[in-house]
Amino acid sequence: MNRILKKLELAPEVKLFEINSPLITRKTLPGQFVVVRICEEGERIPLTIADTKEDTIVLVVQEVGKTTKHMGTLEEGYELSDVIGPLGKPTHIEKLGTVVCVGGGIGIAPIYPITKAMKNIGNKVISIIGARSKDLLIFEEKMKKVSDELYITTDDGSYGRKGFVTDELNGLIDEGRNIDFVMAIGPVVMMYAVAEVTRPHNINTMVSLNPIMVDGTGMCGACRVEVGGKTRFTCVDGPDFDAHQVDFKLLMDRQRIYLKQEEESMRLFKRH
Amino acid sequence: MPKVRPKKTPIPKQSPKKRVKNFNEVALGYSEKQAVKEAKRCLQCKKPVCISGCPVEIDIPGFIKLIAEKDFKEAIRLMKEKNVLPAICGRVCPQEDQCEKVCVLAEKFEPVGIGRLERFIADWEAEQGEMALPPKPSLTGKKVAVVGSGPAGLTVAGDLVKLGHSLTIFEALHKTGGVLVYGIPEFRLPKAIVQREVDYVHKLGAEIVTSFVVGKTKTVDELLKEYDAVFLGTGAGLPWFMQIPGENYNGIYSANEYLTRSNLMKAYLFPKYDTPIVRGKRVAVIGGGNVAMDSARTGLRLGAEKSMIIYRRSRKELPARIEEIENAEEEGIVFEFLTLPVRYYTDDKGWVKEMECIRMKLGKPDASGRRRPLPIKGSNFKIPVDTVVVAIGQSPNPLVPSTTPGLETGKHGNIIADEQTGKTSKKGVFAGGDIVTGAATVILAMGAGRIAAKSMDEYLNTGEW
Ligand SMILES: Cc1cc2nc3c(=O)[nH]c(=O)nc-3n(C[C@H](O)[C@H](O)[C@H](O)COP(=O)(O)OP(=O)(O)OC[C@H]3O[C@@H](n4cnc5c(N)ncnc54)[C@H](O)[C@@H]3O)c2cc1C
Ligand SMILES: Cc1cc2nc3c(=O)[nH]c(=O)nc-3n(C[C@H](O)[C@H](O)[C@H](O)COP(=O)(O)OP(=O)(O)OC[C@H]3O[C@@H](n4cnc5c(N)ncnc54)[C@H](O)[C@@H]3O)c2cc1C
Ligand code: SF4
Ligand code: SF4
Ligand code: FES
Repeated sequence: MNRILKKLELAPEVKLFEINSPLITRKTLPGQFVVVRICEEGERIPLTIADTKEDTIVLVVQEVGKTTKHMGTLEEGYELSDVIGPLGKPTHIEKLGTVVCVGGGIGIAPIYPITKAMKNIGNKVISIIGARSKDLLIFEEKMKKVSDELYITTDDGSYGRKGFVTDELNGLIDEGRNIDFVMAIGPVVMMYAVAEVTRPHNINTMVSLNPIMVDGTGMCGACRVEVGGKTRFTCVDGPDFDAHQVDFKLLMDRQRIYLKQEEESMRLFKRH
Repeated sequence: MPKVRPKKTPIPKQSPKKRVKNFNEVALGYSEKQAVKEAKRCLQCKKPVCISGCPVEIDIPGFIKLIAEKDFKEAIRLMKEKNVLPAICGRVCPQEDQCEKVCVLAEKFEPVGIGRLERFIADWEAEQGEMALPPKPSLTGKKVAVVGSGPAGLTVAGDLVKLGHSLTIFEALHKTGGVLVYGIPEFRLPKAIVQREVDYVHKLGAEIVTSFVVGKTKTVDELLKEYDAVFLGTGAGLPWFMQIPGENYNGIYSANEYLTRSNLMKAYLFPKYDTPIVRGKRVAVIGGGNVAMDSARTGLRLGAEKSMIIYRRSRKELPARIEEIENAEEEGIVFEFLTLPVRYYTDDKGWVKEMECIRMKLGKPDASGRRRPLPIKGSNFKIPVDTVVVAIGQSPNPLVPSTTPGLETGKHGNIIADEQTGKTSKKGVFAGGDIVTGAATVILAMGAGRIAAKSMDEYLNTGEW
């Protein structure tokens, strides 16, 4: 169990892992995540289940700090100490009409299973995926397969439309396209921007939040966010929340709690 | 009453100055000589009332007599008939409210140091190396799933494997022991000791599956397809907050998070271990129970210049174990009694920098029998802080109840189980410990486990519900 069966580099510092995890595979629904602990001294980090195949779950990991960098060095055959899940509430999948799925950067991986499910249940699915530049764009083929329309943006214009995913979303709204629901996953700033785009149009919008977590089962409160003025625990009440109600500033502040320690950790790791 | 030394034989401890700089155990335990000396204080009462004070009814005079006679091997064997976790109970039971409270000596003198002797005998056994295992029973062919590896689950597991049932423990975290590993700090209960006790249950024949979240990885109904009975010992793992303004600022923790980072994830050893923790200079802990004491003392050991307990009643009402209150005082924890936080203030980066409090006075007794704290109007004042730990209690984690149709729960989300049998409203499902009672004690959880194990055995044998 928990063995890495396959590892692929999707983009610089973005790796895909297929992990043998038969129990979790059977239960996984779109929008859920696992908590991973690599080794005895390791942290517990949450990662979204980007896909499942027979007995394996697919994780797509962006190397941003010590633990994800360490994970990037692991080879096929390595057995992770722990893979726990599936955690969190699944995304609410329903036939709503026209659904726009927005994925930014690494967020394209977690938006994929949701997009697929939204399509399978009979929605018209418009997907917008974006990255900083062409080489960082992942899952393009997979997204194309499960979308009726696929739009691509890059910050530097090296591929697709130059600009942000929100520019594309704005464009669709300006064209007068009828949109019943928007689901957005990506960096917090992106999810915030999407919320601001859809808010004036009253388009129902959900985002999948990524605060710091420890247990992932509702025991510690590390993952608390404020939604509609109320404190919620992301790992059990979410990770999906109404984008128009989320306090994004608080989320960003809380993501920076351990900045100093994370830098120290990275420095030590790089020396090895 | 024959002549008896009025005071308990003192237990050697690390000096306060030294111990606030490390996470090693504070109390060092009796030597053989000290243990024998203390054991001789016991009067060997004909009607040993002390036993009635112990939720698992240990033969207290029995094991103490064997210590006095230096037959330690037999003493531990006798102990383990009733208690599979003596090294733990000896350290963390609130003895002053249980066995030692009713010890006849306590009427005039200090009671017999029952907890200290219990700890001694368990540690003695560990020092001998091999733990004696009871003879293997013949298998009954029945399968039991225990959910949660805290004291309740471990007791059920220990009892039922001894009776020949096949047993699997499912634990959500990556380590077994429940609060004993993620909550209670190393300096009060070394994790090696918890591991030792867990190993014992494992050696008895229980299978242990960690990182398995019942309700997520599998539901109780799915377990019931594979197992003949299920015991739920999932504890009270949902932290409460006060719901006051600013409570989500950076630097404000639930005690569960603070202690989990430090204990389970070993953040006190960062960066050797990867999990970080905020090492605050001015730590304020809200609450007055064991959890609050543990948090404040952890804060000190993580390098705080000032670590405070903010409690809304007075010293007399502190619910923590007396020994831990005394230890905390010795270590220089500052107590702000009759004080209630009302809001937090932050700097421009979202970090807590001040806590506004209001002074309280004690009014008439409330439902719990303790005098109700009432705010004194206009007494607001501010305390500069950089770390806050909210330790005002926790309630049962809803993960299992919310995914188990037919399982009745009470007002506070606790699972309803019969006190005499541990039976829940769902056939084949038993429960006990904090998940039923709300946050309580290790020994009460074990007591509930013992009761449930007995009726589970009956159910497994007869099939009668
Ligand atoms: C529900 C959820 C799903 C996620 N899914 C994915 C995914 O599919 N792919 C992916 O690459 N990343 C995902 N993340 C983010 C991922 O967990 C973090 O990038 C990772 O924990 C960083 O750890 P690190 O040690 O490498 O970096 P660090 O140096 O520790 O931190 C870098 C950044 O990651 C954030 N972070 C640190 N620790 C945690 C933690 N325990 N939990 C959450 N965030 C943390 C911090 O805010 C920090 O800004 C998800 C997060 C959540 C909450
Ligand atoms: C910091 C602290 C200090 C304390 N100090 C003392 C003390 O000095 N003396 C004393 O007597 N008591 C003390 N207590 C209280 C005592 O620890 C508890 O009453 C006791 O541990 C309860 O035992 P339990 O078996 O019911 O639950 P727990 O010990 O809480 O164990 C429950 C276990 O179930 C697991 N679990 C939960 N949900 C699931 C799920 N869905 N699937 C699988 N596993 C699950 C949890 O991860 C946990 O490991 C303290 C508590 C704390 C938090
Ligand atoms: S288990 Fe606890 S209550 Fe019972 S005798 Fe031991 S210390 Fe006393
Ligand atoms: S009541 Fe006290 S003195 Fe009497 S048997 Fe029990 S421990 Fe010994
Ligand atoms: S991560 Fe601990 S409660 Fe959500």
